[in-house]
Parts: sequence; structure tokens; C-alpha cells
Amino acid sequence: MEEEKGEVSENKTNLFDNPKNVKRLLTVFFTSLLILFMIDFFIHKHGHFEWENWPGFYAVFGFVACVIVIFTAKLLRVFSKRDERYYD
Amino acid sequence: MINNILNTGFPPGLIFIIGAIFIPLFKGKWKSALMLMLPILAFMSLMRMPEGSNWMVKFMDYDLILGQVDRLSLPFGYIFTIISFIAVIFALQVEDDIQHVAGFIYAGSALGVTFAGDLFSLYIFWEFMAIGSTFLILARRTKASQSAAFRYIMIHVVGGLFLLAGIILYINETGSMKIVNMSLNSLSTWLIFIGIAVNAAIPPLHPWLKDAYPEATVTGAVFLSAFTTKSAVYVMARTFPGTELLIWLGAFMTILPVFYAEIENDIRRVLGYSLINQVGFMMCGVGIGTQLAINGTVAHAFSHILYKALLFMAAGSVLHVTGKIKCTEIGGLYRTMPLTCMFCLIGAASISAFPLFSGFVSKSMIISAAGDGHLVYIWLMLQFASAGVIAHAGIKVPYFTFFGHDSGIRAKEPPLNMLIAMGIAAFLCIFIGVFPQALYNILPYPVDYIPYTSAHVVGQLQLLMFGIFAFYLLLQSGYYPAEIRAINIDTDWFYRKPLRTLELGIAKILNGLNQSLDQLIVKDFTGYVNRFALEPVSNLTKFILSPIVRKDKYEEVIAPALRNGTSPIGVYAAFAGLFIVVLYVMF
Repeated sequence: MEEEKGEVSENKTNLFDNPKNVKRLLTVFFTSLLILFMIDFFIHKHGHFEWENWPGFYAVFGFVACVIVIFTAKLLRVFSKRDERYYD
Repeated sequence: MINNILNTGFPPGLIFIIGAIFIPLFKGKWKSALMLMLPILAFMSLMRMPEGSNWMVKFMDYDLILGQVDRLSLPFGYIFTIISFIAVIFALQVEDDIQHVAGFIYAGSALGVTFAGDLFSLYIFWEFMAIGSTFLILARRTKASQSAAFRYIMIHVVGGLFLLAGIILYINETGSMKIVNMSLNSLSTWLIFIGIAVNAAIPPLHPWLKDAYPEATVTGAVFLSAFTTKSAVYVMARTFPGTELLIWLGAFMTILPVFYAEIENDIRRVLGYSLINQVGFMMCGVGIGTQLAINGTVAHAFSHILYKALLFMAAGSVLHVTGKIKCTEIGGLYRTMPLTCMFCLIGAASISAFPLFSGFVSKSMIISAAGDGHLVYIWLMLQFASAGVIAHAGIKVPYFTFFGHDSGIRAKEPPLNMLIAMGIAAFLCIFIGVFPQALYNILPYPVDYIPYTSAHVVGQLQLLMFGIFAFYLLLQSGYYPAEIRAINIDTDWFYRKPLRTLELGIAKILNGLNQSLDQLIVKDFTGYVNRFALEPVSNLTKFILSPIVRKDKYEEVIAPALRNGTSPIGVYAAFAGLFIVVLYVMF
């Protein structure tokens, strides 16, 4: 989640100022995504609803939900955005 | 009564309120010691309280109960005193007695509400809570905070009036003041319901929260985040468990704030929206009303108070040391504030309900209760909102504050006491996540819920990690809503814009009316009456005196005397007599 690009700063030793560290973090992140997705096929489930037992249901649900949230928020902004001094 | 108090401790709320009065009398270390002692004393008193109705006070024909102790009120009592202790540590460096006193009166009143056994004392503490909290907003002493505090108190006064009207009608109908389960079948219970809903920030009555909390002081916001909404959750759980309307309101309440939080620029306002979203889960739990749901609601309120305070403390620390808290102005602070950053990440992980953090073991109980009741749409809405939490509170708050674009700010960590307060809250968040049984043991009903099953852990991790993945992809591709300096209109628009226009319009009309009436009555009419009283007298005098006095002499001496009232009284007396004779002759 901290996909910071290597920016120039006065202190080069900061963790994510080094692109290598960012890359490492992303590698760990993507690997964990893959493992989480794969492991789902081997887990015994008895959810409340049938779809909870489909492998990868929560992964797809989480991904799609976040995309919907972010795009709906973008849409909401079209109607709701006002200048900071709007109420003054 | 004395004996009763010795055996059962002293009402913890009163310990806070009475203690608050003594705070301004002490200085330096003694003041700090007193402030730290109060929550400890209250907690010790809490441990001594036997279950049942304690501290009855006779008032007119009614019995007021200041200590309704049972397994629903106790967990709220525990967490309210624990969070007071943490918030006091966080606020120790503040040299403003108003904030300290207001904080304790506010927290004490919340405890008073929690242990109130009758509607009357509930109402009194309810109003004290509104007053105490308003001062925590006023104490920021900015123009924005003054007007936000004004709107805040107005909303809570109106909400309080709904509650009061409902209580009076209710007592009239039933003849009892006791707080019992109610159902929405009469005007009185509806009014009580609306009064509680205002404090619980149920949409569309929610915008006071996101309006006022970000304008409060750094330390005041920590107090605010804990008491008003959660005491409303408690009262709702006490009065309206199993009310179906609450299930839908709660589920809607989890979703709506998520969108606003995504596009909000002020980090503390993002947290305000996120607070509404979390209380939505609790309202939903109260609405479902089963043992598992009520357990989940209480557990979630408990862990929520800790991680929400932690997040407000982290954001407050940033505001304290940089003076800024907007996404557009901060970023990259992990470099110089690694501890605050770590605490913020722990709070973010807890609110997102990552396994091993507190949200995981509490929120899932409510969602599970929805599943048990086969509430398909509610279950889907709550899961959707859970994914929304990771997008706004889980990632956005820490990312835009401590990572993201480098703002160039190289601020130091906040003072030690603030770090200690955050450390305690962070520790408890993880402790509850790792040892949920400690929390489950104090819940209202016996718990046979097991949070750590492989299916639950993997499912939740998938939900969260793939949510983060979506965030990452959208941010990288530029689809994520940009950080911009702007505000977003919410339902508070209705009382902030048209009402303001209405107010200005009414002011214009009334001022105009005032002016023309002033002209008509004060200037024109009284002038006419004056002239009517003076002129006939002076004209008649002039006529009578005309054969005797010369005209220029008259203008010089007699006319001014008549105008100024310095003529001999006999003249007026003669005219008054004449007037009476005329009246006598005519009638």
C-alpha cells in the first residue's frame, strides 16, 4: 500500500525513499494476494450463504466493492463539491 | 444512604463531575495527578458496584436510580472510564482548564447516562453531555469552531427537546419512569427514538458529527469520538433492541459515509465519517436484536472506542505538531514521526478488522448475526461497507498522512504523554484482537462465537487485501479521486444554506418593518400628537393675547415659553378647565 516513488529528500535513508524497498514491499503484497487466492481452494467452509463457499468469493467481492466505492465517490463529488468558503 | 454508598461505591459519573470542579484549584503535577486519579477512582468504584438498582434518590413522587448496573451497562462503564484515562493522558500537556473540566463533565455525564435507571436522570445527564462537549469544540477558539459549536449545540438542544417531549408523554401514558424495552407504536416512543437517533448520528440526522468534531481541539476530539454516539448506542440497545427499522437505518448508515470519506480533504473529517459508518454496524446489531447481535454491538462499541480514539489521537498529534491536517497539506510524515505512524497503522488495521486486531473479533459478530437471520441484503450491505472501510479509514488515512506525496514537513513526534496514550490504546487494540475471550467475558450474554476459523480469517484477509489491491490500481492509474481543497455538501446544507438565506431574508424584512414603523409611529405619529396638544393652546393664547401684547413681543417671549413648557402653569390649568367646561356643555 505504500507504493511511494523514490523521491528526492534531504535524508536518503528513509525507508520508502529507496525504490528497492518499495519494490520489496510490493513483491510481498502481490505474493500474499496470490497465496490468499490459492489457499481458498483448500479450506473447508460452511458459510451462512452458498456463495460464501465459492473459492475466491471474498477476493472478488472486496476488489469489486472497493472499485464501486471509489467510482461512486468520484460521481458524488460531481454533485457535492463546493469551494472551501462556501458556507462563510 | 451513606451506608449504601460505602457498600456499593460511588456513582462513577458523579466522581468525574464533582472531581472536575476541583481541577482548576490545582496546579502543575498535582493537577495531573488529580486528573489521572479520577478515572482510576471511577473504575475502582465500578468494580465494587453490585448488579441491580443502586443509589435510589427520591425526587417528588418518583424514585431516581443513579446506578442501574447490569451486564449491558457495565461494559460501557468499563470502556468509558478506560478511554477517559487514555484521553486524559493524551491531554496532560494542555494548559486550558476549560478543556479539562469540560472533558470530565462530558465523560461523567456519559457514565451517568449509562447507569441511569430512569428516564428523568437519563435526560439530565444527556443534556449535561451536550453542554460539556460543546465546550470542547468552543475551546479551539477559532471562528470556524465557534460557529460549528453553535450549530452543534442547536442540533443537540433540538434532539434533547424531542427526547424530553417523548419522555413526558411516555410517563404520562405509562405512569412509570423506568427505562425498559420500548417499541415504536406511539408518539412518545417515536419522539424518544428520534432524540436518541440525533445523538447516534443516524442519517439524515448525522451531519452535526462530521461538522463539529474536526473543529474541536486536538484533545477534545478524542473525548468526543468516544461518548456521544456510543452512549446513544447503549441507550438504543436498552430501549429499542430488535426494532426492524434500525436494521435498515444501520445498514444504510454504514454505506453512505464511506463515499463522503473517500473525497473528504480534512483527515479528522474523514475519521468523523468513518465514525458514523462504524456506529452504523452497531445500530444494525441493535436492530437485529438477537443475543449474538447485541453481544456484537457491545463488543464493537468497546473496540471501536479504542481504535477510533487511537486514530483521532494520531491525527490530532499531526495537527498538534504541524498545525495542519488536510490531505492537500500533509504527507510523507512517516520519515520523522515513525511512532505516530505505527500507532495510526494499528488503528487503521483495527478499524479495517484485520485478523489479530480488535475490529476483527467484534464486527464479525454483527455480520454473523445478520447471516444467522438470513438477512441477505443486510449481510451484503455490511460486507460492502466493510470493504469500504479499508478504502477510506484503512488506507486513505495513514496513506495520505504519513506516506503519499512528500509535503516536505519534517515535524517531530508529539510529546511523550501523547505517545504513551496512543501506545496504551494501540496495545489494547491488539490485545483484544489476540485474546478476544477477555472482551467476550464481559458481554451481556454468554458467547459461543469463535472468530478465528480458517474460513473467516482467509475470507476477511481476501476482502481486505484485494480491496487494497483495487485502491493501489486506481491510485496508480489516476482514477482515484484527487486530493483537492474543497468541501462536500451533506444534509447539513439544509440548515446551513437555505436557513441562513432565510435568516438573512427575515432579518431584512424585519429590519425594514422596524424602520418604517419607527418612522411612522415614533417620528410621525408622536410628532402629530405633540403638535395637536401644543398648537391649539399656543394659537388660542396668541388670539386672546393679541389685543394686549405686540406681535414681535409675543414671538420673542411667549411662543418659546409655550414650546418649552416654561409658561406659567396657570395657563395650562385655565385651558384644562376650559376643556372640561366644553365637554360638560357638549355632553
